Amino acid sequence: MNAKLKILYNGIIAENPAFVLLLGMCPTLGTTGSAMNGMSMGLATMGVLICSNVVISMIKNFVPAKVHIPAYIVVIATFVSVLQLVMQAYLPALYATLGIFIPLIVVNCILLGRAESFASRHNVFDSFLDGIGIGLGFTVALTILGAMREFLGTGCIFGAQIYPETYGSLLFVLAPGAFIALGLLIALFTKIRTKNA
Amino acid sequence: MKSSLVNMVLSLGTVTIVAAALLAGVYSVTEEPIEAAKLSKQVEAVKAVTPAFDNDPVSEAVELTPSGESVALKVFPARKEGKLVGAAIESYSSAGFSGDIRLIYGFDAEGNITGFAVMEHAETPGLGAKMDEWFRSPEGHRNVIGLNPATSNLTVSKDGGDVDAITAATITSRAFLDALNRAHDVFAQLSAQQ
Repeated sequence: MNAKLKILYNGIIAENPAFVLLLGMCPTLGTTGSAMNGMSMGLATMGVLICSNVVISMIKNFVPAKVHIPAYIVVIATFVSVLQLVMQAYLPALYATLGIFIPLIVVNCILLGRAESFASRHNVFDSFLDGIGIGLGFTVALTILGAMREFLGTGCIFGAQIYPETYGSLLFVLAPGAFIALGLLIALFTKIRTKNA
Repeated sequence: MKSSLVNMVLSLGTVTIVAAALLAGVYSVTEEPIEAAKLSKQVEAVKAVTPAFDNDPVSEAVELTPSGESVALKVFPARKEGKLVGAAIESYSSAGFSGDIRLIYGFDAEGNITGFAVMEHAETPGLGAKMDEWFRSPEGHRNVIGLNPATSNLTVSKDGGDVDAITAATITSRAFLDALNRAHDVFAQLSAQQ
């Protein structure tokens, strides 16, 4: 496989952050009450990840080893704050739903994890691709999880009613349902992934 | 790169200065739209909950403190031809299931509830989050619109009141009514002043 494609494949399938690396569990469990919220959270994280990966890979040679973690965190926190301000200004409704989880992207270990294990060792373009791959993997995972919980909990997918709400099991909208649904999806994903490998 | 005091200070300093400059830039660009978005949400809500008016309730807003409390609520008086026809009151309750809830309640001149709008909450999706539809639904004793807190006992039926609580979300329902009674307390002060 082409080396560039492999970076993308790696992020979406082989090292899917939510289903394989099991990183970033807090937003994964916390924001996936509906498919829309899951997808928005995934896209927000992807935006920050791409920017932080690119910038960190640009500055990696100028930052001394002893202060590289604080430097990377400042970069990540800056992009998160930018995202937060922009969302508040132009997407207030979405910002109201995701709320505290937007500033919490700073402490999402996917971001520092990719900075440390990928962006600080690869060139700018590869880091950019890694940001897209991991970001897409995270977005896809959160969207699937959100859709599953929304469907089982309220009978909707992306707000479109499939079956009457009264037959839905509220459990899936609440926190325990998030763990159950995530567990089932990880099992399914692992089965598909190991079969292909 | 080998770490020395000089290059650590220089590199970290540069990174933070660039970050601060970028943030200041973005902040100055987004400051106005953020204010506008907040304001338009408030204006919409005030318009939706009060009887028809011809003044500008938002610019005439006053702050009144509920009796026995210390936090003032924002009151948007609605006037028609100079006469008070009602008011919208931004109220809150800390008795919710997770975090404060903030709502705007509307009253007419007699103190009857004319409407409400949920501004901010973090209640459980599917349970407490249903308050926006629940308390205007015509079923049973759910609807609070048209009631007057001065004559009805606006607490949940479990506590001996006249309102049905949201199924499996009694705490949210109590908070909703707590905020409502707080708003009415302030409304009574406003109409006494007129």
